[in-house]
Amino acid sequence: MTTTATIKKGTVTGIISNLVMAVSDAPVAQNEICYMHVGEDQLLGEIIKVIGHDIYIQCFESTRGMKVGSTIRFTNEMLEVTLGPGMLSKIYDGLQNDLKKFDSLLIKRGKRSEALDSESRWHFIPLTQPGKTVQAGDWLGEVKENAIPHRIMVPFKLTGRFKLKNLVEEGDYGINDVIAVLESEEGERVDVKLWQKWPVKKPLKGYVEKVRPFAMLETGVRIIDTLIPIAEGGTGFIPGPFGTGKTVLQHAISKQANADVIIFAACGERANEIVDVFTEFPELDDPHTGRKLMERTIIIANTSNMPVAAREASVYTAMTIAEYFRNMGLKVLILADSTSRWAQALREMSNRLEELPGPDAFPMDLTAVIANFYARAGYVFLPNGATGSITFLGTVSPSGGNLKEPVTEATKKSARCFYALSQKRADQKRYPAVDPTESYSKYLEYPEMQNYLHENISSRWIDMVIRAKDILLRGREVHDQINILGDDGVPLDYHVQFWKAEIIDFVILQQDAFDTIDAMTPMARQKYMLQLVLQICQMEFDFKDFEEVSAFFKRIINKLKQLNYTTFESEPFKKIMEEYTVIVNEKRIA
Amino acid sequence: MEYKAFQPIFYNITRINKATCELQCHMASYDEMAIIHGRLAQVVKIVGNQVTLQVFSGTEGIPTNAEVLFTGDPPLLKVSEDLAGRFLNAYGRPIDNGPEILGEPRMIGGPSINPTKRERPSELILTGIAGIDLNNTLVTGQKIPFFADPEQPFNQVMADVALRAKADRIILGGIGLQHDDYLFFKNIFENAGAIDRIVSFINTTEDPSVERLLIPDMALTAAEYFAIDRNEKVLVLLTDLTLYCDALSIVSNNMDQISSKDNMPASLYSDLARLYEKAVQFPAGGSITIIAVTTLSGGDITHAIPDNTGYITEGQLFLRRDAEIGKTIVDPFRSLSRLKQLVIGKKTREDHPQVMNTAVRLYSDSANARTKLENGFDLNDYDKRCLSYAKEYSEKLLAIDVNVGIEDMLNTSWSLFSRYFKKEELAIRQDLVDKYWKN
Ligand SMILES: Nc1ncnc2c1ncn2[C@@H]1O[C@H](COP(=O)(O)OP(=O)(O)OP(=O)(O)O)[C@@H](O)[C@H]1O
Ligand SMILES: [Mg+2]
Repeated sequence: MTTTATIKKGTVTGIISNLVMAVSDAPVAQNEICYMHVGEDQLLGEIIKVIGHDIYIQCFESTRGMKVGSTIRFTNEMLEVTLGPGMLSKIYDGLQNDLKKFDSLLIKRGKRSEALDSESRWHFIPLTQPGKTVQAGDWLGEVKENAIPHRIMVPFKLTGRFKLKNLVEEGDYGINDVIAVLESEEGERVDVKLWQKWPVKKPLKGYVEKVRPFAMLETGVRIIDTLIPIAEGGTGFIPGPFGTGKTVLQHAISKQANADVIIFAACGERANEIVDVFTEFPELDDPHTGRKLMERTIIIANTSNMPVAAREASVYTAMTIAEYFRNMGLKVLILADSTSRWAQALREMSNRLEELPGPDAFPMDLTAVIANFYARAGYVFLPNGATGSITFLGTVSPSGGNLKEPVTEATKKSARCFYALSQKRADQKRYPAVDPTESYSKYLEYPEMQNYLHENISSRWIDMVIRAKDILLRGREVHDQINILGDDGVPLDYHVQFWKAEIIDFVILQQDAFDTIDAMTPMARQKYMLQLVLQICQMEFDFKDFEEVSAFFKRIINKLKQLNYTTFESEPFKKIMEEYTVIVNEKRIA
Repeated sequence: MEYKAFQPIFYNITRINKATCELQCHMASYDEMAIIHGRLAQVVKIVGNQVTLQVFSGTEGIPTNAEVLFTGDPPLLKVSEDLAGRFLNAYGRPIDNGPEILGEPRMIGGPSINPTKRERPSELILTGIAGIDLNNTLVTGQKIPFFADPEQPFNQVMADVALRAKADRIILGGIGLQHDDYLFFKNIFENAGAIDRIVSFINTTEDPSVERLLIPDMALTAAEYFAIDRNEKVLVLLTDLTLYCDALSIVSNNMDQISSKDNMPASLYSDLARLYEKAVQFPAGGSITIIAVTTLSGGDITHAIPDNTGYITEGQLFLRRDAEIGKTIVDPFRSLSRLKQLVIGKKTREDHPQVMNTAVRLYSDSANARTKLENGFDLNDYDKRCLSYAKEYSEKLLAIDVNVGIEDMLNTSWSLFSRYFKKEELAIRQDLVDKYWKN
């Protein structure tokens, strides 16, 4: 491949908001990146359609002031991210500009900032020796980045086998230093630095095998871990009307999940929510390593007021960075809030292109686009035998709260865990408002996962979970009956069944995301609580009337809730347990 | 705003709709302002030499050989201290018989704030209204709308909130305001002696509807001037954004765009977010808080306008008439302030979060009891207590005419708890019950 540096130019022929129409004499490629000149500014854009001589470009920045006849420069490249040490703790926009490097309060268009820090030095330790044969993705060495060993890998863009001619010794290097020299079979020399680039829309593979997820990803959120667990390398989504707690739930997971790297893709949502993260995370401890949470976090912030085309790019930017870390043998968790905004960005563009609209004016290929994206998650084996994973959890903001709308439906086909947030539960402040009967985790049906749970939690775990779900379901049924027939119109036992379900609801399902102790429940504690609650659900009691039933169970719930606010197995915890036992025994039939 | 004078040229107008005109021209730049037949217009689409102008005051009487002048500038507002106390129209021109505003021209609808330059909001806004302060506490830098049916007194509540909040500057954006309501705001601000703190951009129902599209951007540009250049705490009131969205849909229909749900443009979410996201807290102390009104039709919040709004704002305040007490209340179920957890229990008394949640939960139990009653069932003792509690809670705390301090609100809640409930029915942390329970 010869790279003659001819500059490919074009001319603007039309502008409708962020859609720019253009012509060019030079050949251009789909998804090729270009710069459009407006006064002093060079605006970034991407070719999204070509018809005859007409080129359609989505502009990632404001087109204000652009004129017909403005010059365009095409780059021969697709939208790429820069991958290398220094990404952790960064706050990027959807195009991987380091937002902290911009000086002004307002984001001026046409400005870029480097994704990595050219000044910083990294302590490089070689992991192999010159003379070896290597290929794309092989680990050449590592630098320590916060808590993680950041592997420096043979550039993924290289195809074929290479001889490692030269590898630097252990020492401190900047990202632009050449740390290795490779030679292709044809004798071509390739310099390797600490960074490399990759186009975001192309999956970065580099693994030998993707297997079915089999291990649980602990989140510390009881309703997820206990009832509807997500697997490491799995996918899930959280649909819910506005204000039902999608973001709070994702933030809780991002703080507590047992992952090496967390990538937070804030996609078309509120800027203040990003501020929350970058204000809190540098202070909070990672419950698994004890280091600061920010050290394992990368934020991709494309807030709702930023240009929509960049919003679409942001989820791909997040995924590509995740794939890069997965190839280091790390456990990566991506949280995307909200994937509906991404779909809406696609819709805005598709409408401007006057494409044939699908349901609700979304593009016809929405389901396929979403499916392709979710398919990039997964648990993989790397060529060197190590494993890595990307777990993806996205929120969906269904318009009008209607779960039959196209984005929810399309996502349901791709994601394996479904955490439906219910308006009713949110109104009742039963947070997190995940509907325990509507929601599901397909992973619970995987034999691999069942084995994992049996070995790691308890051999009776799945039975216990199913029992808890049955009690909840039964509670819902009898509640309906009581509403129809009245308190007196049903057997006393219905009241007991209803209140047993309420115990599970109040004590296991409901969790205060803002209480330091209740917010995170480690698995051992979840096991203890589920056992405790199932125990009381199995007991028989002696009640005179239904008023006595509710009075009794409210006292029980009150005690158990106090327990949730108390440090596990502490003295106060034991004291509450004693008081609880006294109350239980008042009514229990021995 | 005033634009550079260029030589106007006669153009051949090839298409005229209600709100837009098309003409052939080679020099237009996207988003720039033009003057067509003496009226302000903006370039909204360019395809080859075909340029579409959105004419703010409507196209009535525009001839096919109209005189057009391209200004080369996006819409501008002149900003300076002179804005204080003034009433301006959608173009930023005085409607109060005062002098023209002098100052630095700023383009409206400018770039967004770098999220990393924001500060986390943490300053309480107290309104005296318990339905807000206790249950849905507001914070500077927040954006929140009132969701209300047209007959509800949202403008009054908003004016109360504005005057009680300790803002350095209040910016009123009247979007399709009824003339009477315009006078209401004018009066109430004058009577409060607050007029110098206030800047108003007014488009009334008598003015052309497409002009409304400029009002929020004008108001927010003024707000940015006071918050950024002068470090002030600015409160922006926008009423009624439903009319803004209606104007958006008129323009997009005129441009033959495919509309999405409820005839709204597919870009509605982005259009609204662009406005609301101007709400900000800066580390230097300046802030912009946005309180808006979104009127509903028949209380339907699944309509595209309130629905998209709810997904953008940091909560919403619902007004509802409580027939039992004969007053308008702030509905505790559907209302929500998302930023309240940044301040409650931290800037307010420690028991605030739990008291608030418990009070609302008990209120929701009363709703269940009412359903039972309506279905003809006997009420048990707990149900009855809930109903009596709900009535008093509604009267003493939820009604919008309540005006007390936050400690009083908490104390009132505790007295209601102890009047109607047992300690264990509260499910509040024991240490708080021990401390605050009223015997
Ligand atoms: N686990 C929880 N504990 C306590 N409060 C919660 C919890 N989850 C949600 N809330 C309350 O609900 C509010 C809304 O939650 P959140 O911002 O997560 O909603 P959302 O579903 O992301 O809405 P949107 O779609 O508009 O972004 C929060 O501000 C908080 O007051
Ligand atoms: Mg959210």
